[in-house]
Amino acid sequence: MSYIRPNFRHPQLTVNELGYSRRDYEGGLSTLCAGCGHDSISAAIIQACFELAIPPHKVAKISGIGCSSKTPTYFLGKSHGFNSVHGRMPSVATGANLANRDMVYIGVSGDGDSASIGLGQFGHVTRRNLNMLYIVENNGCYGLTKGQDSATADVGSASKKGVPNPYEPIDLCTMALEMGATFVGRSFSGDKDQLVPLIKAAISHRGFAFLDVISPCVTFNNNDKSTKGYEYVREHLAATGTVDYVPMRQELTADFAPGFSKEITLHDGSVIHLYKQKDGYEASDRNTALQAIQAYKARGQILTGLLYLEPDDPDFHEIQGTVSKPLRDLDEGDLCPGSRSLEAINANLR
Amino acid sequence: MTAQSFELADQLQTPVILMTDLDLGMNDNMSDPLEWDDSKVYDRGKVLNAEQLDAMKERYGRYLDVDGDGICYRTYPGTHPEKGAFFTRGTSRDEYAIYTENGDAYVRNMERLLKKFETAKSYVPAPEFHPAREKTREGIIFFGTSTAASLEALDQLAAEGVHIDAMRVRAFPFSQQVEDFVEQHDRVFVVEQNRDGQLRKMLVIECDIDPKKLLSVRYYGGMPITAREISRQIHQLRGGATVTPIRRKAG
Repeated sequence: MSYIRPNFRHPQLTVNELGYSRRDYEGGLSTLCAGCGHDSISAAIIQACFELAIPPHKVAKISGIGCSSKTPTYFLGKSHGFNSVHGRMPSVATGANLANRDMVYIGVSGDGDSASIGLGQFGHVTRRNLNMLYIVENNGCYGLTKGQDSATADVGSASKKGVPNPYEPIDLCTMALEMGATFVGRSFSGDKDQLVPLIKAAISHRGFAFLDVISPCVTFNNNDKSTKGYEYVREHLAATGTVDYVPMRQELTADFAPGFSKEITLHDGSVIHLYKQKDGYEASDRNTALQAIQAYKARGQILTGLLYLEPDDPDFHEIQGTVSKPLRDLDEGDLCPGSRSLEAINANLR
Repeated sequence: MTAQSFELADQLQTPVILMTDLDLGMNDNMSDPLEWDDSKVYDRGKVLNAEQLDAMKERYGRYLDVDGDGICYRTYPGTHPEKGAFFTRGTSRDEYAIYTENGDAYVRNMERLLKKFETAKSYVPAPEFHPAREKTREGIIFFGTSTAASLEALDQLAAEGVHIDAMRVRAFPFSQQVEDFVEQHDRVFVVEQNRDGQLRKMLVIECDIDPKKLLSVRYYGGMPITAREISRQIHQLRGGATVTPIRRKAG
């Protein structure tokens, strides 16, 4: 296997409306195992950012620790990145987002990072509706430390070692829904057609967008007794419907497939079209989503697609009432009330 | 000190811990009114903007020490479309923030951090000195909420003819002045409110001081330390009277 990526690119490589080619959204060469689901997710993020025509330097990518959290090195090489402490990505994302609200924040985490050590942080960033995309690359195991079961492993599922997991799994989508997430979706790293539009919609959503992406660990958790392996997931997938994302500026001219059953307008004016919704699935109803996830799980199926979306809830900045200018650009004139104000406060205390 | 902490965090590009304790947090204290200097301009430290990045002839390196103080230039996310972006990672990396397992690059970065630690010593708040009224070879070091009780104890001791030079440490890493103070005295009492004498141990390790020279005055009974307690322990350590004699009233 070659570890050198050729520099050659087709001279007529397609560019997006800002003049960037897909290459401008690529990162370093992945050091993950060949066939790792995480690499497919990185490719989907690249594709989504390219198609959305986001200037690469206007994205900040933040992660915790784990195989999943290594991936921000492998996409968007022109963006600032922060590989933070295990389970602490939400804190770093919150700080960065507060300092500059004008960037796109992509947080990458794993099932170990979010469902175990970072469960507390995951809960609080969710309920604050921080404007970011939070992706969990969920493989049900700790791949970086040789495949121990993680907190999302299903009861009875066994990794390469063959010992069935005895503990109840944590369903991060259900948790996110219960804690007030305004965009919740689930997908599979092997289903690019579903994943790319979901990522695009999640990035365009103003508020906390959570995506749980099942992403098999080819080395430690891809055997016939695992419920997070390629084969099992492919056989047990069910989707709420098909999702298509139409950016605001393309709405009038885009050649989108007809026959969508529902249209949701996002805060920035772009539109999500939902096709072939299962049994009249209502993505705008939190209870429907919770019940559907449980019902499919009881039948041994994994429900994917856009599970829930509330496009108009206030995000963290709006709740906080922060100014529209990025806080990091404020200076003494904006921030410091000065000595006279201080004297008045002191006088009040006497 | 709080405002200064934020500025130090920007200048040194490191978290700054502002120490407090239950005494300071739970009790009401009298203090001089807080004052603010209106001419104060915020110092965000070494940050490159888009124009500066464009004007640079050399390649930008997030961990490249260009002026020898161990502190490198940073950029804010979103500054420039092509230049200045970097990846902050927990693993070893080179001067350009690129992942590497090269041992030499790792050692260079560790040594740069040592240099930055040295630089930090001159940035952090300097110690405050309270010289004794009479020349003495004895010193006392204290910090934080032990300050007022220590100064009161020094007054009590001076009244009894025991004169001690005092220094209030205000920051870590310790500056050269802290080392010099210990150097200039034969024995130094270190007052602190914890069981293990943590400040004393840090002084020994950081300043390479003979442990026998630093005599620990500790109190950790749960109430704020008192001047009487400090005087009592200092008397004990000096081998003098531990009990103030009761003077019988004449008649």
